[in-house]
Amino acid sequence: MKLHPMIAALRKHKAGVVLIALQIALTLAIVCNAIFIIGQRIDRVNRPTGLDESNLFLVTQQWVGAPSADTADGVAKLDAMQKEDLAALRNLPSVASVAPINSLPLLNSTWAGSVSTKPDRKFSDKGDNVRTAYYFTDDQAMSTLGLKIVAGRAFNAGDVQHQGFRDNPPRPIVIVTKALADKLFPQGGAVGKAIYVDGSSSPSTIVGVVARMQVPATGTWVNGFTWNATLVPSRLDANFARYAVRAKPGQMEAAMRAVAPTLYQVNPLRVLDDDSVKSFADIRAHAYRADVGMAVLMGVICLILLSVTAAGIVGLTSFWVGQRHKQIGVRRALGARKADILHYFQLENLLIAGSGAVGGVLLAIGLNMLLMKHYEMDRLPILYVLVGVAAVLLLGQGAVFVPARRASNVPPVAATRVA
Amino acid sequence: MFAYYLRLGMNSLRRSPALTLLMVMAIGIGVAASMITYSVFRAVSGNPIPGKSARLFTPQIDAWGPQQNLRGEPAEALGYIDAMALMRAHEGKRKTLLYPVQLSVIPGGNRDLPLNASGYAVTSDFFAMFDVPFRYGSGWSAQDDDAHANDVVISSGLDQKLFGGADSVGRTLNLGGHDYRVVGVASHWNPRPRFYDLFSTSGFADEPDVYMVFNRALDLQMRTGGRNSCRGSLAYTSWQGYLQSNCVWITPWVELDSPAEAEGFRRFLTNYAADQQRAGRFSWPPNVRLRDVVQWMDYEQVVPPESRISLAVALGFFLICLVNTIGLLLAKFMRRAGEIGVRRALGATRSEIYAQYLVEAGTVGLAGGVLGLLLTAVGVSGVGILFQPEIARLARLDPSLVGLTLAVAIAATVLAAFYPAWRAAHVQPAWQLKSS
Repeated sequence: MKLHPMIAALRKHKAGVVLIALQIALTLAIVCNAIFIIGQRIDRVNRPTGLDESNLFLVTQQWVGAPSADTADGVAKLDAMQKEDLAALRNLPSVASVAPINSLPLLNSTWAGSVSTKPDRKFSDKGDNVRTAYYFTDDQAMSTLGLKIVAGRAFNAGDVQHQGFRDNPPRPIVIVTKALADKLFPQGGAVGKAIYVDGSSSPSTIVGVVARMQVPATGTWVNGFTWNATLVPSRLDANFARYAVRAKPGQMEAAMRAVAPTLYQVNPLRVLDDDSVKSFADIRAHAYRADVGMAVLMGVICLILLSVTAAGIVGLTSFWVGQRHKQIGVRRALGARKADILHYFQLENLLIAGSGAVGGVLLAIGLNMLLMKHYEMDRLPILYVLVGVAAVLLLGQGAVFVPARRASNVPPVAATRVA
Repeated sequence: MFAYYLRLGMNSLRRSPALTLLMVMAIGIGVAASMITYSVFRAVSGNPIPGKSARLFTPQIDAWGPQQNLRGEPAEALGYIDAMALMRAHEGKRKTLLYPVQLSVIPGGNRDLPLNASGYAVTSDFFAMFDVPFRYGSGWSAQDDDAHANDVVISSGLDQKLFGGADSVGRTLNLGGHDYRVVGVASHWNPRPRFYDLFSTSGFADEPDVYMVFNRALDLQMRTGGRNSCRGSLAYTSWQGYLQSNCVWITPWVELDSPAEAEGFRRFLTNYAADQQRAGRFSWPPNVRLRDVVQWMDYEQVVPPESRISLAVALGFFLICLVNTIGLLLAKFMRRAGEIGVRRALGATRSEIYAQYLVEAGTVGLAGGVLGLLLTAVGVSGVGILFQPEIARLARLDPSLVGLTLAVAIAATVLAAFYPAWRAAHVQPAWQLKSS
């Protein structure tokens, strides 16, 4: 089929052609970027934290009228209260293990700092200074959180110290994640080496390396150090405490229900509210609520957008078919087959959609650059654009089929009728 | 004439229901998507204290130095030393310092288990500066600040929980093991975004329960219940050490009535920082900021990125719906070229044809607006999937949003109809009459 008569015919409908092409271009631009955003959010939500997340929950509680954590005496009292709680929880029949911990991955309550292979480093010293988030916990952390040791050893009971919440005693031993170990010691062999936390002058020896553990924060400010966690074997003593609890398989609900009565029995002067006992699944859902919502919203918008565009193509093409009723009859009378008429409209649509897609690719890239500039987006991979182009071309073909079929059914006798 | 065009328009719409439905749906869905996202955007980017936002300023003083500060910007809060120096100065009409505190309330008698109360340690000017409304009593005085008084102002929510909503002024309240005297009960007051504490909150949090005297909180060595940010190696071991450290945790606010006063205060801050440099505490030149409420919210990026992106996407979506509508209206109007020819031949002027088709488009817009309104109502109740509940609660379908939805739908459709109606008005009557 020759394109020349087709282009000549399209010139008679400049406005309609431009509108369809424009609509396809805009649709392509938005759909490409929306699907890219969906893909990114799904990747983000699906990244594993490094914990064994099933059967895990967190208890957050606050004592009323607790002694001050600023005096040695108060810290000792608080630590005794915490140990009582831990013993009571560990005694529960439905509980496998318990570890005190200041935060958990995805909890968005972060103690951040920086570690260095050299002593007395200022915070901002770049180079050998690596940002990290601290987890203060005890020897049951590995089994409770389900962390995997890939080198060295776990903490043992003798390692565990305790400290006031705002105190900064030396931290003689630590466990770091593999990501952090690799950054500090690119040549490997981190176990046994000394690092210095927060510009301290006293060394902390790395006794073990865990495969993976995410930091608590999920915001963009931790983008550079999401996998750089440091575990410190020390209970934090303050007027509040958090306990990570691993329930025995199948007894999660029983364990969660048992927490409040058990802790109240130990000491009724404390605040435990609805949010105090939270399964890790809830923590995860809360942390990624906006990401999941964004993906759903983008998905819905894409679907509606594609249907609106398809409906627009059907509407305008139907109009053209009606307008050219007589011409189609003439062509049929002159010997064109039904398939020729069908192909004519299909090719015409391909031509319009194709030119729209070219504009759409440019718009999509432009929109992506705009998003990159303002919203910390990544560059749109060309694959997304190509898939998007294929999708809008297919959409066009699908939408044009119904009116084109109707056109091909115009009988040759239409040529003889008055329009 | 308008009524006649309206009738013509309705007839024409009824003649091709599928096309009409398509247009109405496109407009309805497009306008609904835009309005839902706009309602959230409006809620998060609104001015929380419109009457005074240009007169309230938060001073920042760089106590960390160029090596450790936030890429040249001073810290977003002050440490104890600078906060106290600010309070001692005579500059500024009103001043307050504040930081969040987490307390536990022991209800009177032997009624209930303890409950959590969150609030702020503030100074006496806080209430007047931020226009806190009172149901009973009032805030405390500057003398109470100096006397480190046991006064508290509680929210009406806490008053309801503890005292059944009665006038509790003068009653005693046990917070974290210490007794306090209630001097005021605030009516519902929770400005969104919470401009006065963007250091510890993202701007959207539940209403605070308690406001206590700043100096009293310091006496009790109450740690901040919010953010605390420090630089370098932390060497302090005691409360005094903490106060003298470079940790920042206190948000200061000043009320300044005129640009001249603001300029004066800025000069005072610069001079203060210069003094600190001369005294050897800072080894860098003065680096201070004085931002008003709107500038502060901009700097702290209160509007969540989800809100901006979804608004942008929704507007793009609406644009596509309009392009779609232009095409469909064009098809619809041009299909009736013959009819236009007849009307023109019978004496209708171009502008009359133009008006007739714009009215027809307006009816489509109105129908689209009504559909959009229904979808917006559904959507506004569903924004909870995208935003945190504190923000989602703010999105409401109020009269202004209803009006806006209808207005946008009709205006956009009429705008979209300009070109198709122009084409219709330029139909050549002779040509049409000849061909049919």
